[in-house]
Amino acid sequence: MNKANVMEFVKKYTMILVLILITAFFAWQTEGKILLPQNINNLIAQNAYVFVLATGMLLCILTGGNIDLSVGSVVCFVGAIGAVLMENKDMNMWAAIVVMLLVGLAIGAWQGFWIAYVRIPPFITTLSGMLVFRGLSNVVLNGKTVSLTDETFIKIFGGGASCYVPDFFGMEGFNMTCMAAGILACVIYALVQFKGYFTRKKKGYETGSLAVLSAKVVALCAVILWFTYNLAKHKGIPAALVWVIIVVLIYGYITSMTTTGRYFYAVGGNEKATKLSGINTDKVYFIAYTNMGLLSALAAMLTIARMTSAQPTYGQNYEMDAIGSCFIGGASAYGGIGTVPGVIVGAVLMGVINLGMSIMGVDANYQKVVKGLVLLAAVIFDVVSKKKGK
Amino acid sequence: MAKILLEMKNIVKTFPGVKALDNVNLQVEEGEIHALVGENGAGKSTLMNVLSGVYPYGSYEGDIVYNGEVCKFAKIKDSEEKGIVIIHQELALIPYMSIGENLFLGNERGKSAAIDWTETYGQADQYLKTVGLKESSRTLIKDIGVGKQQLVEIAKALAKNAKLLILDEPTASLNETDSQALLELLLKFKSEGMTCIIISHKLNEVAYVADKITVIRDGSTIETMVKGVDEFSEDRIIRGMVGREIADRFPKRPGVKIGDVNLEVKNWTVHHPLYTERKVVDNVSIQVHKGEVVGISGLMGAGRTELAMSIFGKSYGTNISGTLIINGKEVKLKNIRDAIDHKIAYVTEDRKGNGLILSNPIKTNTTLANMDAVSHHTVIDKDKEYEVAEDYRGKLKTKCPTVEQNVGNLSGGNQQKVLLAKWMFTEPDVLILDEPTRGIDVGAKYEIYCIINELAAAGKSVIMISSELPEVLGMSDRIYVMNEGRIVGELSQEEASQEVIMSCILKSSKGE
Repeated sequence: MNKANVMEFVKKYTMILVLILITAFFAWQTEGKILLPQNINNLIAQNAYVFVLATGMLLCILTGGNIDLSVGSVVCFVGAIGAVLMENKDMNMWAAIVVMLLVGLAIGAWQGFWIAYVRIPPFITTLSGMLVFRGLSNVVLNGKTVSLTDETFIKIFGGGASCYVPDFFGMEGFNMTCMAAGILACVIYALVQFKGYFTRKKKGYETGSLAVLSAKVVALCAVILWFTYNLAKHKGIPAALVWVIIVVLIYGYITSMTTTGRYFYAVGGNEKATKLSGINTDKVYFIAYTNMGLLSALAAMLTIARMTSAQPTYGQNYEMDAIGSCFIGGASAYGGIGTVPGVIVGAVLMGVINLGMSIMGVDANYQKVVKGLVLLAAVIFDVVSKKKGK
Repeated sequence: MAKILLEMKNIVKTFPGVKALDNVNLQVEEGEIHALVGENGAGKSTLMNVLSGVYPYGSYEGDIVYNGEVCKFAKIKDSEEKGIVIIHQELALIPYMSIGENLFLGNERGKSAAIDWTETYGQADQYLKTVGLKESSRTLIKDIGVGKQQLVEIAKALAKNAKLLILDEPTASLNETDSQALLELLLKFKSEGMTCIIISHKLNEVAYVADKITVIRDGSTIETMVKGVDEFSEDRIIRGMVGREIADRFPKRPGVKIGDVNLEVKNWTVHHPLYTERKVVDNVSIQVHKGEVVGISGLMGAGRTELAMSIFGKSYGTNISGTLIINGKEVKLKNIRDAIDHKIAYVTEDRKGNGLILSNPIKTNTTLANMDAVSHHTVIDKDKEYEVAEDYRGKLKTKCPTVEQNVGNLSGGNQQKVLLAKWMFTEPDVLILDEPTRGIDVGAKYEIYCIINELAAAGKSVIMISSELPEVLGMSDRIYVMNEGRIVGELSQEEASQEVIMSCILKSSKGE
């Protein structure tokens, strides 16, 4: 590798490198505590909602740096409705889930309509939503806490004490199912990557070097295996992780492989050109915000299950976590650039910083300061590196 | 002989790949009205931008001598301090501010921390009186017409103590009466000792007000005519403007059979999207045959782009009326998708703004308008996409390392090829090319012409909008001349010449 290649590599994988450095820093400062299975498990369980919301937020940001400020309030509102239906109205759990998803969709469509078809600026529309749904959450909950008692719901969405994917092997102290899932994931990933490589090669297309690809596959598999090994030593796969993986896979696929996904990038890159290519750009905005409502509903389920209750104060600052993850993960503040894997790295980075500082016992107020500065640094990096490109 | 107020000596200004000004010399005497004429892109506006400091000292070669001293303007403010004020063709007024606020924008009365509003509106009213505008200075800009807005611009220039007033196409958007009033105002200023440089396409107006006329062609000053010495007839001026030989810059298109009418537009009228009472395209009827290249010539703002975009799925304008006939059948195109499905393609004049997504690679730009062809149930077949992009890269000889390269990193000519590839991939029958060679070098131009010829040979219809007269003449089988929203001439290849086209435009401007 020559110098230019190294620079390109560093530029492409900056956030991953930063993540490794920061993790190493905390491992050193906490004497390795942050890498204990228990803490890795917490990292996922505590941040599941961030992964889900950040994925949805990415679509909004892709359309041109537009954000959705209402997600925290929507999470709270949808969670409140679900809790009240299941607890106070004795509604069947599955019916309640459907209602929650529909409410989320409806809220998304409401905001999406104004943004896409009436062209009300997203900032204003979702600021309004932030106030409206925070207020309505209080109304629905009557200002009180509603405790959740439905064990199945709590387990499925990753709350409570035993919210793990059951182990089918029954080994003492080691969850074989978890390890097996990790191995399977590695095998599938490697197969897809190498198959893609050889098809391209056969058709005579341009391919990167096989060595680089192999190194990439080995590195990622090592991470997956290390990760699942640690989880297996703890209690296995947290239920919340399953939801996160589903969301990441679906949206990763949509953004990279489908025409709909392509249109998000196109609108963010140059809306006029996209419109003149015969693409309905209004619909793209509408989909982005409607989808955000849907994912907010899922995040709401994860949140109330983890807390085993619904309170009028839930979901505060969730929008900031989601937005921050996107920008730290390389999404452009001007739209058109950003990937789901990138956003996941951003969210993990935020999570590691949170967790690391908590273990170190840093004052919560300083934690906010650090998070704020990290966000600014990430966007400065984005803007400056783009200027240099020109 | 009066004192020479301004002298521009041997001005050379190069943009990457283009020499916009090549050894320009201009002398303006105090108290005269000096007109600059020339075709679009001849370099008039560039020259004025050099003078006013838009292009700072150092970015051009040559000297500007103003009032006897050599000037090194770093920014517009510097030139304004000396009394050189330019009024651009696009009015720079803020609609939701009052006339008074606009007059002193950036030049506020009172202190920077406390604007003196009494002074602002009091002085504004005086300036309005000077330019003969009967409006209160508290009226909002959006509530007055374009003609009055032009007067506000002039008042704004006066408020900056202008000694040399430069007007770029001041009457372009004005009607007859307003134009006449403006010209009278200029003559009044002249009698009071003001010096003016006026850039205009309307040669009758130029001949009326100017004391001297300087012709610019291809970035060089060709000649300066003086009132009373030289004849000021329009024919004489036109000869100066277009008098160049057309070299063999256009590839031949032999033996292409021109077939049936492919697209016909009848009585097409389009209104401005904001000022809905204004007709941008006025009762236009045109047709184009299979295998034919039809040129649409005209000055900027003639309504050519607007005509094309309104045909292309109503992507411009409101209250569009008229009939559109494709292949003998009347169709109504509701939106752009509809137009693409009816095999029409519009290749925009503004490739960076409206055509390409610069932050995306060549391959995604190539397929964007026709994603269905490279996807199956909305899932993109990336291999196929790559193949398509590679295919067009080969066909159009686009120079790029790989089709994964971002379009933003390509040169203008190669970007234009990607844009063409994008629309060729939609397999259109009618291609509307809007300024297809704007801002690209001669070699790339030639290649684009070859592509146009191949398209025509394949039986497609090509409508080529171009402001470059030689290009229109060299490439078209037939030429429509458009001016002020109307078709003012239809010329066969044999009858067309630069003089005929220019006189079509100028005659219609006079309202004959």
